Amino acid sequence: MAVVDMLRNRIHAIFSELIQLLALMFFAVNSNAETIHEERSKYRDITVTQVGERRCLLFNVHRGDRNQTCMMLDDPNRLVFDYTRMSFAGLLLQQAPQSILVIGLGGGSIPMTFADLFPSAQIDVIEIDDAVVKVAKEYFQFNESQNMRVFVGDGRPFIKRAGLRGEKYDYIVLDAFSGDYIPEHMLTREFLEEVKAIMTDESVLVANTFSTSRLYDHESVTYQRAFNEFYNFKLPTSGNRIIIAQLDLLPPREELVEASRRLEARLDKYGVNITDYPRRLTTRADWDMSRRELTDQYSPGNLLRGN
Amino acid sequence: MTIEMLGARILSPYFGGSLSVWGSIITIFMLALALGYLLGGRLSTRTPSATIYGLFFVGAALFALPIILLADSIMRPIMIYIEDARYGSLFASIFLFFIPTSILGMISPYSVRLMVDKEEHSGHMAGLLYFISTLGSALGTLGTSFYFVLWYEVNQILWGAVISLVLAGVAVLFFENTIKADVTVGSGGYAKK
Repeated sequence: MAVVDMLRNRIHAIFSELIQLLALMFFAVNSNAETIHEERSKYRDITVTQVGERRCLLFNVHRGDRNQTCMMLDDPNRLVFDYTRMSFAGLLLQQAPQSILVIGLGGGSIPMTFADLFPSAQIDVIEIDDAVVKVAKEYFQFNESQNMRVFVGDGRPFIKRAGLRGEKYDYIVLDAFSGDYIPEHMLTREFLEEVKAIMTDESVLVANTFSTSRLYDHESVTYQRAFNEFYNFKLPTSGNRIIIAQLDLLPPREELVEASRRLEARLDKYGVNITDYPRRLTTRADWDMSRRELTDQYSPGNLLRGN
Repeated sequence: MTIEMLGARILSPYFGGSLSVWGSIITIFMLALALGYLLGGRLSTRTPSATIYGLFFVGAALFALPIILLADSIMRPIMIYIEDARYGSLFASIFLFFIPTSILGMISPYSVRLMVDKEEHSGHMAGLLYFISTLGSALGTLGTSFYFVLWYEVNQILWGAVISLVLAGVAVLFFENTIKADVTVGSGGYAKK
């Protein structure tokens, strides 16, 4: 009897494994991710999905899915998206930031990578939605610590206050998105002037934007007026455009290449192919320079994007 | 409504674009209008005159000027002293919007008083006024959020609202004795603009 029971259990186990495997294949084929968590916050619907080892954070699922962040559970260091990897291109200009400011938490992969890279650096993260903070902690292995502080609030007043207090950051990442795009008050010239106030000559600013939209021209003109010149960084595989700016004149390309060689080994485990980046950074203007600059007085982002 | 729609735009550099900022603005506009309705109604019981009525428009325009001219000097200290963006935006809304909005609120009940000559017409007149002022609000909202912000700067739109109010007030004062009723109806449209 015992043998029969054992056999039955065995068959049972194999069967359930098979079903699991089939289910996984089904989901993979349909790219229909399994929802493991849903949350309604003040600002949006937050959904956490998982396909195999790939877990993603989505905002506003009903209005068109947009993966905010994904992580590989079996390789959590690995940065899944181009734009998160591209956010580290600023390291070419500032290789040892000691104070880092990230506006917009998402799944927390950018600040976590910074913490891993620079254990002694102070990292401040501003996130407007406390539900996102909660989800990042529960589902994306994000942790607060002495060196990693999260402030729930709007990025702009935070930066403005930091400026009034005379605080400076070595590395600033602008990655705030609400609904469809960057909030209008974080696209303006006045905002960029406030960001400049928390930068030193050694600081670097990295802003994540989209390369497709009519705002592209307006945004580029605004950044150009604020910083004179900046690196425009795009990858053929990504719809994102990363702006890299500093107060000083930008360094010559050879310096970037050199820096990328020094960084290569350290960034490898995150999937950041840094040696490929220097040749992609350009100061050439590929936008319509006659477009109007965005200011607090004139920033109809929503309306401009529609056309 | 034009001013209300721009309110978030004016406050966001200081207090952010969070939901609570919108909440502050709408709350203060509602409270100010409520107080305005009450005071306007009270005032209309004593010697109602088109002169006072016209002065409401001019007064609202004058008290709206700080929104254009003193925005930074009003909001900066508030932002510094009140860390919580919710209360910061609430106080900023009070200082910027409360007085002009209250005065605008006084216009509606006062209009009813000026236009009603027979008691049996009062419901009809009140209905007409609600119709006009709410229609004006709808147009102000639509125009501002769809077009004005695309064509003009925030302050230019505010100047437009201020000038409209002054013109409406002057028109009331000017035509006071001639075609009182018509002007009253005509200006009603600006009441909530």
